[in-house]
Amino acid sequence: MLSLKNVSAGYGRKLVVRDITMRVPEGEFVGLIGPNGSGKTTLLRVISGVLAPFEGEVLLRGAPLRTIGKRRLAQMMACLPQELALDLAFTVREIVLMGRSPHLSRIGRETRKDTEAAEKAMAVADIADIADRYMTEISGGERQRAFIAMCLAQEPQILLLDEPTSHLDVGHQLSLLDLVKRLNRRSGMTVVAVFHDLNLASEYCDRLLLLHQGRAEALGSPQEVLTVEIIRRVYQAKVVTEPNLVSGKPHIVISAGTDPPGE
Amino acid sequence: MNVRRGWGIFVILFALLLGACALSLLAGPTWVPLSEMPESSIVRMRIARILLAIIAGAGLSVSGVIFQALLRNPLAEPYVLGVSSGAGLGAAVAIVLGLSSAGVWGVPLLAFAGALGAILLVYTLARTSSGAVPVPTLLLSGVIVGAVLGSFLMFIVSISESEKLHNVMWWLLGSLQALDWRPLEISAPPVAAGLLTAILLSRDLNLMTLGEEPAAHLGLNVEQTKKLFFLVASLMTGATVAACGLIGFVGLIVPHIVRLIIGPDHRRLVPTSALAGATFLVLADSFARSVLPVEIPIGVVTAFLGGPFFLFILRRRTSPYWR
Repeated sequence: MLSLKNVSAGYGRKLVVRDITMRVPEGEFVGLIGPNGSGKTTLLRVISGVLAPFEGEVLLRGAPLRTIGKRRLAQMMACLPQELALDLAFTVREIVLMGRSPHLSRIGRETRKDTEAAEKAMAVADIADIADRYMTEISGGERQRAFIAMCLAQEPQILLLDEPTSHLDVGHQLSLLDLVKRLNRRSGMTVVAVFHDLNLASEYCDRLLLLHQGRAEALGSPQEVLTVEIIRRVYQAKVVTEPNLVSGKPHIVISAGTDPPGE
Repeated sequence: MNVRRGWGIFVILFALLLGACALSLLAGPTWVPLSEMPESSIVRMRIARILLAIIAGAGLSVSGVIFQALLRNPLAEPYVLGVSSGAGLGAAVAIVLGLSSAGVWGVPLLAFAGALGAILLVYTLARTSSGAVPVPTLLLSGVIVGAVLGSFLMFIVSISESEKLHNVMWWLLGSLQALDWRPLEISAPPVAAGLLTAILLSRDLNLMTLGEEPAAHLGLNVEQTKKLFFLVASLMTGATVAACGLIGFVGLIVPHIVRLIIGPDHRRLVPTSALAGATFLVLADSFARSVLPVEIPIGVVTAFLGGPFFLFILRRRTSPYWR
């Protein structure tokens, strides 16, 4: 579905991610994790096509990303950036309908098919009842769902998310990620998401790519990546891991203390 | 209730515009009796003046809408961004070089070049390495570029010969006085073309308000769209300034009020702002030439209204609303 070949990228002359190689098969849920400044967002921007890599390339269904037209790409791949600030009083429905843009001609107007796709997306994201509310007056959790619905209205095969739950409380975090997981499992949508919270990444992802100073430190299942040894080395944090009592996936337990890490 | 969705406001505004035109036809130092209207040269001049107010009001308002969408900033406006000063400088240079008599298009072309140069300079100065255009740097850049270009303009005023001086001073204050049809000829085609482009591509403006990266994720060619709209807005501002000098704040006041009433969807915002801007300027002009025995320059009237309005929006920016 998606493959990265020796991707190096950055801004100006500054190299942020180096030599990343990864294959994402169709229908997989992949998490990008790593400490602050490790290059997670930069890598996601390369995958989304808005940032051209210095070296290497990203292939989507075998075709290099740069050879795919912008509109065509937006029909296959949707991306929810980290902080999508919106201070205009659009309604939820208006925002979701914007997701139909890649399916419309430049001067075209939405047809009934587009309205139906938007209604369906809102139903899936469970925001049909707030369709006519203003984006500026709904809660953070609802807003994030509206943006997910906008992505779904694009009818993409791949969904890219950058810390989709960073400003949400634990209830909204879980319900949003449950929604994404459902899309992934039932519709076979491939998901690549940046996670800040290691436990959420462990619970929801099939595989994790751990970045450290721009390099791929580890790539594999949560069990393989989230080991005490790796986390202590990369995050310089004193932690232990134990299996989550419910899912059996690794769960990171912090241990607060005044001792320097690693002792 | 449903004002936001409907075109009712459009019909109301159209009726208002017709009323404003009728008022403007009558208003002024001289009141022309109805019986003498058809032959009166004053009436003919007033018709030209009304048409110019319509074109300038629509052009400045839609330029404001475009700049606000591209820069994601409710305070962006041709005058505040220094774009009008750039256009004014270009026009003044053209007048001093004698281009105004050489050909019809000398002044508007240089005004357009000045407007485009100014917005590119302001945008480059205000843009950070990450590509964002923060509000404080944008406003500061606009004010500084406007001030520097304004000083060039003053320099030109100070060295120009006395008979050209009057022409140049006229730019600084703004005037809708149309002695012949030329101001209409140079401003109508660019404003009409710009308005048409903005109406056809109004969905692109909606996407741009989400931010450049989200717009790109929705398949929009952001760089191309930005270039096109900077060009279109500069063209409209340049044409308006070439025809009637510096008229500030119209592009700030009008879109802001229209957005309050009909919401931020550019498919309605663009045409409605054009209509509301035309109405506003026709009314402001009627006011300018009838309240005092002497005519008040129109730019003075709009600045008098717009300055406090600007501060009012600036104060309200702390709220998450754009409105």
